Amino acid sequence: MKVDFNIDIHHLPRVEGHGNIHISVKNGTLEKAQWEVIETPRFFEMMLRGVSAERASFLTSRICGICSISHSLASIRTLERAMEIEPPEAAKTIRLLAMHGETLQSHALHLFFLAAPDFLDMPSAVPILHSHPEIVKAGLLLKELGNEMSIATTGRATHPVSLVLGGVSKAPSKQRLKELKEMILKRRTALDRTTDFFRTLSIPEFVRETEFISLRNGKDYPFIGGDLVSTDGVVRDENDYLLMTNEYLTDFSTSKFTRVSRQSSAAGALARFNNNSRLLGHRAHDIAASFGLEPICHNPFMNNIAQLVECHHIFENAEMLIESLLDDDLQEIRTPYKLKAGEATGAVEAPRGVLYHHMETDDKGKVLKADCIIPTTQNNANIHYDLQALAAEAVKDGKTDRETEKLCEMLVRSYDPCISCSVH
Amino acid sequence: MNHLGFKIDKVKIGSFDFTCCEGCQLQLANKESTLPAFLGLLDIRNFREISSERHDDYDIALVEGSITRSDEVERLKAIRAQAKVLIAFGTCACFGGVNNLKNKIPQDEAVKVVYGDKKVETMPSMKISDIVSVDLMIPGCPVSKAEVERIVVGVVTRSPNNLPKYPVCVDCKQKLNTCLFDLGEVCLGPVTKAGCDAVCPTGKTPCLGCRGPSDDMNFPSFIQIVKEKNLSLDEMQEKLAFYNGFADYLDHES
Repeated sequence: MKVDFNIDIHHLPRVEGHGNIHISVKNGTLEKAQWEVIETPRFFEMMLRGVSAERASFLTSRICGICSISHSLASIRTLERAMEIEPPEAAKTIRLLAMHGETLQSHALHLFFLAAPDFLDMPSAVPILHSHPEIVKAGLLLKELGNEMSIATTGRATHPVSLVLGGVSKAPSKQRLKELKEMILKRRTALDRTTDFFRTLSIPEFVRETEFISLRNGKDYPFIGGDLVSTDGVVRDENDYLLMTNEYLTDFSTSKFTRVSRQSSAAGALARFNNNSRLLGHRAHDIAASFGLEPICHNPFMNNIAQLVECHHIFENAEMLIESLLDDDLQEIRTPYKLKAGEATGAVEAPRGVLYHHMETDDKGKVLKADCIIPTTQNNANIHYDLQALAAEAVKDGKTDRETEKLCEMLVRSYDPCISCSVH
Repeated sequence: MNHLGFKIDKVKIGSFDFTCCEGCQLQLANKESTLPAFLGLLDIRNFREISSERHDDYDIALVEGSITRSDEVERLKAIRAQAKVLIAFGTCACFGGVNNLKNKIPQDEAVKVVYGDKKVETMPSMKISDIVSVDLMIPGCPVSKAEVERIVVGVVTRSPNNLPKYPVCVDCKQKLNTCLFDLGEVCLGPVTKAGCDAVCPTGKTPCLGCRGPSDDMNFPSFIQIVKEKNLSLDEMQEKLAFYNGFADYLDHES
């Protein structure tokens, strides 16, 4: 059967930011499949010029409402490396716990509010509240736990308050840390319920060989700093981020595209897993195996499962971090520093993948030049080429326009794109 | 929905984002313990970020972000024409927010630095009330969900909504925080509208004025404190300009 159809999704729903999908099929053959980012640019790199180092992270956190802690820490890491400031160990632990909170919150938001409705054929999570109340409740408990971790460590869930140059401006109280530990223990049931729920969903089978980019430090599952690596065997120093991104412009997208060894590459939970799976906590490792998730997995839909696996890792690791903070007197949380001229890159693993900030400062610590490369920017080209392969496969398999449309929407959502972030 | 035996109608609401980080809309999904009850007050007609259902029969429009492109102007006007109540939601919508920092440089220069020779449309960032009339403002970067809940409940129960008139300092003092001025920092707490629970100074970082000027404040006396404490007036200016809420108070000569 020779089919003709066009799919034009304007402002794709249930993703952060504004993007369009265009697909056109003529005579049963795919003519065009395009991922088009149409977000309004904000020009953060220009806004940063002249801002003092102490204010920079408060500005860059506003690049993204979902991963503001990652942006804040990427800027702080950049400026600390540029000015040779070494934060105290306790502050590093508090920062990592803050990252865990943000990642858990972001993954829970994506898995339950953005991705799950597709699998249950619902327009949003609101009707799921009635059809599967216990599932949404579990999701809310996880999301709330993530937010509580962020609030305890940074003062607020979105746009952190106490992450500052040299360390943190305030440490969580011991009482708060104990409550947080209790909360983690109590909410394991919610995580297990979530895991059981995801076992019942059928993840589309689609494979396109991809180069996965992430951080790697060889010691821990990576969140803050490290070497830049790819599943194609590339290893670079953190300061050589430009060689890992090679940004270029297309005429149909306000977000730039990137590439490394191939025409596109991917970052995010699946990329972190593919490069670092042996560094996951025991339980997270077992959960991955139980879902048949093994490195190197080339199915982008499995990013959902990689996010779930990371939630398990965070539960295990956060408990250990809290233990070590409870053993510390938390007196040394900020190193005194002198603002000076310098230049460096800071890379962190935001929930959606590796995030780079690069800054140069003058001798008073004012930002002279800044560059920010966002995970979704690194995923946009891969989404675009995946979309072409997926749509071609769907047409070949004789899927209808409605089925093709749904699969394509699900594909984009699997990347959990943060579009306003990618057009900063 | 019933309350004390009386039937309360849900409000038909739409949530829309323009140039921003979408962090304020995200707050709607926070405060998870009261989220099901909060959602029970709302008939969500249009909220692209969380739902693929889209209807244009909303009464209340939450509008997040500032305006930086001509297509946004048109979209905003259409929303204004539909909504009975338009709420500027968050600091970018109320004042322009950090987006306005790009207005300090020529727009074509900004495009050149970020995009090279590619033609990218942008215009100086504008707050929502520069384009359409605004019925209510909920400032904050991000907005406080507790305050949003209070205001939505007020709308549902037809009760008046008021933001605090006093400055952040009042809440900060009640928390017995050490004053950041005594730690050598310029804090905008004395002049910024309260309602955020003084979250920044409580975390020992200075208030940057995301909620804009408070009704009851003494600006000259604030400058006096900065001078008396021998703190940097440049730093004060940088902070006042951060969210554009104090655009009318910027003294370019000091």
